[in-house]
Amino acid sequence: MGVEGIGARVARKEDKRFLTGKGRYTDDMVVPGMKFAYFVRSPHAHARITGIDASAAKAMPGVIDVLDGKQLQADGIGNLICGWMIHSKDGSPMKMGAWRPLAVDTVRYVGDAVAIVVADSAAEARDASEAVVVDYEELPVVTTSLAALEAGAPQIHPEAPGNLIFDWQIGDPAATDKAISEAAHVTEIEILNNRLSPNPMEPRATLGIYDSAEDHFTCYTTSQNPHVARLVMSAFYNVAPENKLRVIAPDVGGGFGSKIYIYPEEIVCLWASKKTSVPVKWTSDRTEAFLTDAHGRDHVSKVKMAFDKDHRIIGLKVDTIANLGAYMSLFSSAVPTYLYATLLSGQYAIPAIHANVRTVYTNTVPVDAYRGAGRPEATYLLERTMEVAARELGVSPAELRRKNFIRSFPYQTPVIMNYDAGDYEASLNAAMEAADWNGFPARRAEAERRGKKRGIGMSCYIEACGIAPSQAVGSLGAGVGLWESAEVRVNAVGTIEVLTGSHSHGQGHETTFAQLVADRLGVPIASVNIVHGDTDKVQMGMGTYGSRSGAVGMSAIVKALDKVEMKAKKIAAHLMEADESDIVIENGELKVAGTDKTLPWFQVALAAYTAHNLPAGMEPGLKESAFYDPSNFTFPAGCYIAEVEIDPETGKTDIIQFVAADDFGNIINPLIVEGQVHGGLAQGIGQALLEEVRYDEATGQILTASYMDYAMPRADDLPSFTLSHQNTPCPGNPLGIKGCGEAGAIGSPPALINAITDAIGHDRLTMPATPLKVWTALQDAPTRLAAE
Amino acid sequence: MTKVTLTVNGRAVSGDCDDRTLLVHFIREKLGLTGTHVGCDTTQCGACVVHLDGKSVKSCSILAVQAAGSSVTTIEGLAPQGQLHPVQAAFNEHHGLQCGFCTPGMVMTAVDLIGRSGGDLDEDKVRHGLEGNICRCTGYHNIVKAVLSANEQMHGEVRQAAE
Repeated sequence: MGVEGIGARVARKEDKRFLTGKGRYTDDMVVPGMKFAYFVRSPHAHARITGIDASAAKAMPGVIDVLDGKQLQADGIGNLICGWMIHSKDGSPMKMGAWRPLAVDTVRYVGDAVAIVVADSAAEARDASEAVVVDYEELPVVTTSLAALEAGAPQIHPEAPGNLIFDWQIGDPAATDKAISEAAHVTEIEILNNRLSPNPMEPRATLGIYDSAEDHFTCYTTSQNPHVARLVMSAFYNVAPENKLRVIAPDVGGGFGSKIYIYPEEIVCLWASKKTSVPVKWTSDRTEAFLTDAHGRDHVSKVKMAFDKDHRIIGLKVDTIANLGAYMSLFSSAVPTYLYATLLSGQYAIPAIHANVRTVYTNTVPVDAYRGAGRPEATYLLERTMEVAARELGVSPAELRRKNFIRSFPYQTPVIMNYDAGDYEASLNAAMEAADWNGFPARRAEAERRGKKRGIGMSCYIEACGIAPSQAVGSLGAGVGLWESAEVRVNAVGTIEVLTGSHSHGQGHETTFAQLVADRLGVPIASVNIVHGDTDKVQMGMGTYGSRSGAVGMSAIVKALDKVEMKAKKIAAHLMEADESDIVIENGELKVAGTDKTLPWFQVALAAYTAHNLPAGMEPGLKESAFYDPSNFTFPAGCYIAEVEIDPETGKTDIIQFVAADDFGNIINPLIVEGQVHGGLAQGIGQALLEEVRYDEATGQILTASYMDYAMPRADDLPSFTLSHQNTPCPGNPLGIKGCGEAGAIGSPPALINAITDAIGHDRLTMPATPLKVWTALQDAPTRLAAE
Repeated sequence: MTKVTLTVNGRAVSGDCDDRTLLVHFIREKLGLTGTHVGCDTTQCGACVVHLDGKSVKSCSILAVQAAGSSVTTIEGLAPQGQLHPVQAAFNEHHGLQCGFCTPGMVMTAVDLIGRSGGDLDEDKVRHGLEGNICRCTGYHNIVKAVLSANEQMHGEVRQAAE
């Protein structure tokens, strides 16, 4: 692998700028004449706008203009869209209500943007926003998905009667019902998946710059996929044609899904820049982030899992209601359908599965993908059900899982996915050994003597990553293809630029992508630069989400490198008067195999650009591009084990140990992969123990809109983690990569809740398992521990 | 408008600002030192931590005028240009950062924590000491490793020098 090649634990190249304060995020951008925006937002969860009077605000110091939704609409700016069409089981298309970038007649959640104030300073814009008088006529409010579906619930969009967006199904209902009716045992539970706010530490920001001479827009923005942003803003929102709109996502401080989407603010700031003839910058504050960044999860499900007399699963029936908030965000429809229900087979051979999913509007922030996106919801549902089933059947949770594991590949599930490779037992065994599972009873007894309650729980997750084969997702309703592009530019002196459509917002692409090049060409990573995040520099690409940058983005680089190598070998063969098939590339040199003839890499690059002596008919230069479209998803999987100790006096849960055993396929940089797992685990543990977006059901006011109210995991909430890998290479892409970005967040919540319910002795507990909930659960009912 | 004069990273600076201007905004907008970040509105996240007269403070929770006459060190001034402070180097070595947004505040807090500890740090003390800095990327695992490693190095060096 070499010291910097594939598999090497290389410290990150990009760190130095972040460590020395030289990172350049959107809010750090300053351009001449730049002014500042503040958005007037609805204080009501549901109301009709009966009038807007901005005259007092416009007269305030420093104010340049106040613009509203009617002006935006008059200028032909389009409504926000959802880019994935889902059809209900009756064949009807999903019912998408209009989402205007600035509300015109109705506001539907607290934080819905109504007007933009542009002023000389951010403080003056904010001051003036308070002087914009908006007359509201309040309407009844509904915040939960169950209430939204009740007869007589407040109607949120005229397009969606009864607030139902779609009623979709997957799998075989008849076969599943038959399995349940013939089962020796059926485990039935209800599952709540709590609503979360992604909370990247960098709040969203955007800087819109209109150049009237060129009739051209530049948009700096906190995006995970600047090309998709440009595409959508051009094709659907009529901001500008693509050639007149440059989107730059510079350093981006985390995304976790929330920066995939194109939000009203980017659109409105670009438009406002043209209206006011000044560059307009907006930076979200944290409360605004809670009010407007797409939330995640928020599912309510009923599950029936059927077993035969040998404890083999014979059927799984799931009924899920997903709360999509007040509007359909960009990929909101795909999350609770094709990113969720297609993973309901988990790691298990289940002959019959049926899932029904209803999505509903409520007067809450739009809900879309958050780290894992559908797969955490599927995993939590399955792994809680498996644990409850093991308890009901009186068998070990490990053995119940082991008995039902899929063991031969490829494996076609009843819910679309075709698993290509895996070894679930290897991860289970590794995790149990690392956690000293068999020694747990002694540890529990010791804790009991100290008056503490110990529990242990596991979770065996699978996810679909490497998103995604374009034709397949197209047939399922996606509005875009999900391939990736790359361009490898060898400079005349042999240094290399790789331009990628992937976007790094913490994942370390500048290091791992350079490692791939170093591995192939034997050049140091210091001579390789990774360029991303600018639509003027990089050809069309699809960005970073769904753990796709390695499996899809790097595969595109491999394809481009193949072409570069082929051309370099032709040049070297010509220069050394050898046969092309005898040329090998090693340690930064092109060699004639079996001889001492060699040319350094830079000389071949130079020869390509001087073009004094190239093979007949060859074009000068050494630069190739490639597009890679995967043939399948990838399927990372693993086993996580949590051991907890609860103080019965306070209900506080301490995590004694957390073990993660993952199969990510081949790994480029173990240091970075471990970091991805750590971060995912922290977010999953946050969901299990701490985090929940809450609304006041009567008023629709969000109650958790600051770090005083929304419990982010902090250093002293978490343990150090024990990681291991049991990798089976992915057969579907050239590097054998499966992806690692989301696993931690997917696999950890059920492990934690299985451990806590093990400790408290019953399963009546919902996330987040706060001390109050755990303490209350401990007071509730005779425990299984007592029975033992 | 009030004229504020203070020392930042060893240089005397001054600038006019509204009385309500927070130190973090003065640093970012008047001085162009954008390494100090704003991640919340409630003094919770610590992305804005700088050293004020040698102590770590959240620069979002004091006014620029309150810092008049003081000496401020920001992430940009922690080490001479082109060099890394041992804490910065440890964060790099142990992969204690991902998106980098919380990093300046985290590093400034860690430097102060190590300085105050006299070398007496363990995992629990580091986790407790970093409780006021939120990171969403790393799960803190590698940050804790980096801080312990830097502590070892810095106090090891002090001990060596004493011997």
